[in-house]
Amino acid sequence: MTKITYKDNQGNSKTLEVENGLSVMEGAIQNNVPGIDADCGGGMACATCHVYVEEKWLDKLPKAEEAEVDMIDMAFEPKKNSRLSCQITVTEELDGLIVTTPEKQS
Amino acid sequence: MIKTDVIIIGAGPSGLFAVHQLGIKGLKAVVIDNLDKAGGQCIELYPDKPIYDIPAVPECTGEELTEKLLEQIKPFKTDFYFNERVNEVTQDKENWVVQTSKNNKFIAPNIIIAGGVGSFEPRKISLKEAEKFEDKSLFYSVKNKEEFKGKNISIFGGGDSALDWALELSKISKVTLIHRRNEFRGTPHTLSEIKKLSAQGKLSIKTPCELVSIEGKKDISAIKIKYEDGKTEEVKTDNILSFFGLIMKLGPVTEWGLNMDKKHISVNPNNFETNKKGIFAIGDICTYPGKLKLILSGFHEVALASVECFKRARPNEKYRFEFTTSSKTIKDRLGKK
Repeated sequence: MTKITYKDNQGNSKTLEVENGLSVMEGAIQNNVPGIDADCGGGMACATCHVYVEEKWLDKLPKAEEAEVDMIDMAFEPKKNSRLSCQITVTEELDGLIVTTPEKQS
Repeated sequence: MIKTDVIIIGAGPSGLFAVHQLGIKGLKAVVIDNLDKAGGQCIELYPDKPIYDIPAVPECTGEELTEKLLEQIKPFKTDFYFNERVNEVTQDKENWVVQTSKNNKFIAPNIIIAGGVGSFEPRKISLKEAEKFEDKSLFYSVKNKEEFKGKNISIFGGGDSALDWALELSKISKVTLIHRRNEFRGTPHTLSEIKKLSAQGKLSIKTPCELVSIEGKKDISAIKIKYEDGKTEEVKTDNILSFFGLIMKLGPVTEWGLNMDKKHISVNPNNFETNKKGIFAIGDICTYPGKLKLILSGFHEVALASVECFKRARPNEKYRFEFTTSSKTIKDRLGKK
C-alpha cells in the first residue's frame, strides 16, 4: 500500500492508501475520487484521467512515452507537469505522491 | 418515418457487428452515427495503431478492422445515417421512436445503443471570449477552405489535422502554426513538408506557446500568445482554426430514462437489455458485473442481444439457433450458394 494524495483545483485533498501495481487512475476510480473520469478505461485513448504531478515527484516517475505525450496535447489545459494518471503505476517509491486534477477533464 | 426491426445507434465495431448478427437472423437494421463515417473510436482514436486481441486476427489496425466489418455486413445492404445524432427516444406502444438532429424519424421494436463513450465533439478553446467568435471567425473544422483565401490564419494543435490544414491553407493564405510543444505529430512526409515551407518563409511556426487571449469586437483582429519563458506576442489574425482533438460526450442518452452507472448504461448480462424493454446497450457504453471494455466483448454482447431483438421483432415466430456453416437460410441471407 502506498499513500497517494489527490488534490482538486480548489485545494481540497484526499489521501488514500492505494495498492501497489494499480495505476494512480485506478486508485482514484476505486475510491470515487472526483475529477478523474478515465473514459477509455486506461487505454491512453482519451486524456480524461489527466493530472498535474507535483514538481518534486516528476523526476521520480518513469518518463512518459510518446503516445502519452501526444494524448496530453488533447487534454484540458495541459502543462509541463501534466501526466495521464492511467500511466503512473503505484510503487513504494511513490509513497507520498501528490497529484492535482485539472478544473475539468473535458 | 422509417420503419425497421432494429435501430442501431453508433457505427463503431460493436454497432457494425450488430448489423451482422441481426442480418443472419433475418432482421433489418439502420445505423445512425454522429460522425461522418463508420468505425467509431477505431477510426477516430487509433486508425493506424495495431490491435492484437481480435480472435483469429493476430494483428490489424483500427482502420482495417472497420473495413473488414463493413465487408462482412455488405450482404445486408444496411442504410447508414451519418452526421446525425439521436436526440430523442420516445415510446409508441410496443415500439420505440427515434428522432435525430437532422429530424429523421425511425420506428422499431428494438434499439441497440452501441455508443462507445458517447458522441465525439471537438475540444473547444477554454477562453471565454472564444465562444462569441465560434463558427464566425473561429472554427474547429474546415468546411470550405475558400473562405480562408488571402487571410491571416492562426492554426492551433500539433497533430495530423493541424498539420494537414497548415500545409493546405498555406497555399492560399498566411498561416501561423502554434503548438504548446516543439514536437509535432504527423507522418514523416507531412513533417518534412512543414519544415520546408517554414524554411521558405511560407509558413510561420510558433512553439512552445499557448493562446492567452483573442482580440477583436465582432471579428477577430489579433491573438495574444505566450511562450514558455513568459514572453508574449501578438499575432495578426483573421481566423483561428483549432485542432485539439475530439472529446467524448455522453450527450442526450442520459435523458432517455435508462438506468445509468456513472457514464455507463446498466444492462442485464443475459441479453444486454436495459431497464427499458427493447432497448439494449452493447460495447463500451454498457456495464454489468465483470464488464471489460474490449471489442470482443461488444461482439459477444450483440450476439446475445440480437436473439432478444428477434423475439420482439417477430413475436409470432420461434427463434431457432443456427450455425452459419450449416444453415441454408443464413447462407441465402449472406448471398452464398
